[in-house]
Amino acid sequence: MTQKLIGVAPSRRAVLKGAGAGLLAAGFAAPVWAQAAPVKLGFQLHRTGIGAAYGRWYERTAQAALKVVNDAGGINGRPVEIVFEDDGTDPKRGAEVVEKLTSQHNCDLIFGPLFSHVVIGSAPRAGELKVPYLVCSEGFHVAGGMLNRWTMQPGITDVRAQVSSMAPWVLANLGKKVTMVFPDYAFGHDHRDFFTAAVEAGGGEVIAQIAVPPTETSFTRYLPQIPRETEVLYHVMVGPAVLTFVKELGEFYGTGAKPQIFGFIDSLEAVDIASPGLEFLEGTHFWEGHCRAQQADASEHEIAYRAAVGVDANGASVSDAKDVSTYAHMFSVWETLHIIKAGMEASRYQGTADRQKFVEAVEAMTDMPESLAHVQGDKVFNGKTHQVFGHQFISKVEGGKLVKVHTTSIEDSMYADAVDYTTQSF
Amino acid sequence: MSFGPFLLLAVLEGTVMAAVLALTAVGLSLVFGVMRVVNVAHGEFYMLGAVIAWFVTYYLPFPPALVWLAALIIAPLIVALIAALTDTLVLKRLNYDPEATIVATIGLLYMLQQAALTFYGPDARPVVAPFEWRIQLPWFGYSGYKLFVVVAAVVILAAVWLFMTRSKAGLVMRATQVDRDTAQAFGINVDRVYAGTFALGGALAAAAAVLIVPIQQAHYLMGHDPLLLSFIVVIIGGLGSIRGTLVAALVIGLSDGIISMFFSPTLAKIIATLLVALVLVFRPQGLFGAKA
Amino acid sequence: MTDGAKVWGLHLLVLAAVFAAQFLLPPYHATNLARIMVLAVFAMGYNIAFGYTGLLSLGHALFFAAGMYGMGLPVWHLEWVSVPALIAGLLAGGVMAGAVGVLALRTAGVSFMIVTLMFAQAGYLTLLYLNSWTGGDEGFVVASAARQAFGFSLATDTPRFTAAFVLFAAGLLACLWLVRSPFGRVMVAMRENEERSRMLGYDPFRVKLVALILSGLYAGLAGAAYGMLFGYVGASFATIQYSILPMLYVLLGGAGTVLGPFLGALLMFYLIDITSNYTDAYLFVVGAALVGLVLFAPKGILGTLRERAWRWLP
Repeated sequence: MTQKLIGVAPSRRAVLKGAGAGLLAAGFAAPVWAQAAPVKLGFQLHRTGIGAAYGRWYERTAQAALKVVNDAGGINGRPVEIVFEDDGTDPKRGAEVVEKLTSQHNCDLIFGPLFSHVVIGSAPRAGELKVPYLVCSEGFHVAGGMLNRWTMQPGITDVRAQVSSMAPWVLANLGKKVTMVFPDYAFGHDHRDFFTAAVEAGGGEVIAQIAVPPTETSFTRYLPQIPRETEVLYHVMVGPAVLTFVKELGEFYGTGAKPQIFGFIDSLEAVDIASPGLEFLEGTHFWEGHCRAQQADASEHEIAYRAAVGVDANGASVSDAKDVSTYAHMFSVWETLHIIKAGMEASRYQGTADRQKFVEAVEAMTDMPESLAHVQGDKVFNGKTHQVFGHQFISKVEGGKLVKVHTTSIEDSMYADAVDYTTQSF
Repeated sequence: MSFGPFLLLAVLEGTVMAAVLALTAVGLSLVFGVMRVVNVAHGEFYMLGAVIAWFVTYYLPFPPALVWLAALIIAPLIVALIAALTDTLVLKRLNYDPEATIVATIGLLYMLQQAALTFYGPDARPVVAPFEWRIQLPWFGYSGYKLFVVVAAVVILAAVWLFMTRSKAGLVMRATQVDRDTAQAFGINVDRVYAGTFALGGALAAAAAVLIVPIQQAHYLMGHDPLLLSFIVVIIGGLGSIRGTLVAALVIGLSDGIISMFFSPTLAKIIATLLVALVLVFRPQGLFGAKA
Repeated sequence: MTDGAKVWGLHLLVLAAVFAAQFLLPPYHATNLARIMVLAVFAMGYNIAFGYTGLLSLGHALFFAAGMYGMGLPVWHLEWVSVPALIAGLLAGGVMAGAVGVLALRTAGVSFMIVTLMFAQAGYLTLLYLNSWTGGDEGFVVASAARQAFGFSLATDTPRFTAAFVLFAAGLLACLWLVRSPFGRVMVAMRENEERSRMLGYDPFRVKLVALILSGLYAGLAGAAYGMLFGYVGASFATIQYSILPMLYVLLGGAGTVLGPFLGALLMFYLIDITSNYTDAYLFVVGAALVGLVLFAPKGILGTLRERAWRWLP
């Protein structure tokens, strides 16, 4: 939970703690600011606990985005600082961290959490403190209407939209009879419910739903439940056991006949696709929120983003090829920081008294064209549901690399509004 | 898949699970039997074994089979050393008071977990198997390494068995288990026996982890499940009874694999957990232990 | 001054100081104090079982969660509001403790710990299994319409602090009264020498069961209040971590002292909050605190103080 204050000049503690030459460089390379007080952003970070593998990359992405924003003149001419606080990927601590960032560090707003239970546990406190809370969680809880006016998800498409937009392509190209394997808790149930609905709407059929308990570490014994007539196997797994799952799937099918396999990259996020035992993935398909391997048609912005965060063309850290990023999700941190900048500038944000104006400014946003601020691609923000919608990618494993074969349209991912937060009071 | 192959796969998986579980649980059982200490950090010894195996296989420049073998020797040794230190520095000073040692080992659990997070990181990292060999059956494929795990676990368990029944050190341990004071009166260095027992228990957990880590990955939170399962096995088998522990590991490993094919697996886990509690309430000597 | 006057004087003084703190502390610490008071109620309950009666349970998260869901589920599904929902939570904690106690109290010592641990684990898995009713691992937000009591919104600072204080004060005074009552002395007798108490004509099973139910009522009330005051109910509160926390608070503050649980919760909360400014490794701090406590101060802070100086401390 070290706080690293970067911006004007690194705090003494950050220097003493050897926060890293990179951070120092970031501090000194920044323009010399007039006496403006910095904009302080709180980052609720999964540095420890079950979300730690994601948290590490979310932090790196936030640092990179911060440097880009500060190099371009900060926000409203003021330098920007980020205060990182670890929430232990725990909802109770998450709410305390919201409190600490708001009341003790006097942050202007808070962003960054991924795990749904942390978001749901923290959002009520953010609403009570009337502090904008911008989550990067891909959960349906924001657009589902469970949270409040101060909680928004402008940086990443939610799971319902992701899943719904995949279904037409899967049915048209891979097969109509689908078996789903998913973790037996809320995240997996969102996949189960929304994908099943989308498949049925598209004229396909989900013939089996295999729920795996959250504590499971070995999966082989669930695999025989996959019916023989399955044409498409849909898998999504999260947590430390993901690699085991995919490996065991490979052992199970081996050289024998196997269905088409379509997975969510969550099953392999932060895992090297060239790991031993994953050869069978050759020719299978994945959903990606953002293509891990640099594609032939990558935009200049995407390339600039990759370089800024320190990710190589294969999606691993430039300093350690074994350190694979959570590339499909972490762009949300980058984009959220740029939306914060846009929102604060649109609302002429001066200080915490303008928080409500900031929320209204973000709610007024609609189209977000692909740019350095939106490196993942075009997006459309729905101010009523506080949720953004964007393109999704389907990639195929070819020669051990994920190659993009399809980009969904934004319209495919949209659904009827379940809530109108703008009618709620602040 | 038709019923026959379905069952075959369940049995194969169950056997692998039983083998690894037996190794882990025997360590826990031994410690409880001889020292009357419930080691809540046992799962973390297991985790440490896996993490050390990752370091060894990552940094030693040998071919896969050789580095893995090196890990199988080095990881249990280091964990044994940590366990022996824990015994001398903490448990001994608590006079092995059952409740105080539980609290202390909970503390140890957090410390080891944090140490792993700090020095190893939050990722789940794979360890290369000593060999790659897939068996293609007519209905499904199966990992040859998993079968090797069963053999290796049986060999290690047999060695432990021989050690306990045939060697002098084993005799001394059993004597201490039966009556600590008398053993002391006969000139047995009880302190050394306890430190050795705790070290052996940790080493067995670490060895189990080195066996399993090419199948699963090393992760700093991986100790939680083996701990609960070992508890279950040790309780069903009768606290402190090694023979009971082995039988229980086999029963639990096999039945867990088979039951969860027919029922909702989460429900199966709930029922299994409640059953364990009820066994402890109504048959405290375990299902397979002799009446105490 | 008589010992009785000293005892009541001290506890009322502590209560007055805590109440005054909300006006003196910056808002961040005032809200923290509200959290700490609710956690202290949980720890006081744990102390009744462990500190006074000698029942070392590893399953109190189950009672805490029973209270939290006993409050939260009626709010979610039946649109109950604050006071009835809190009472439902309180009772749920007591009933759960009674049900577990009837079975678990047939065992003792290590077996008791493991049985309670297993029941709590089964409870946690059940919350996940009944996902559509409980919200599973994600949990749910407590509707703000339900967080109104006597015309005040419990989601605002002063009413929240006041509500937490009322529960804390009631819990503390009830605990003080309990341990000074004849039944309280029987509880301690159970801890010190069960055989002798049995020969004196007390039924150990009954005494321990009552103590465990009281403990469960405290835990249930704390769980319900935590959900109600901070607006979130989730399965993470049923994990084993929340069985270990109250034990840690009690051990730190002093097992078998009335003020110990509050002191322990206060110190532990700030130990983590402050160390987290300097290091990521706060889990290590928790672990080291546990080991250090059992090694060097098994009686905790107030327990040691009672031994050395204030012999009258209850």
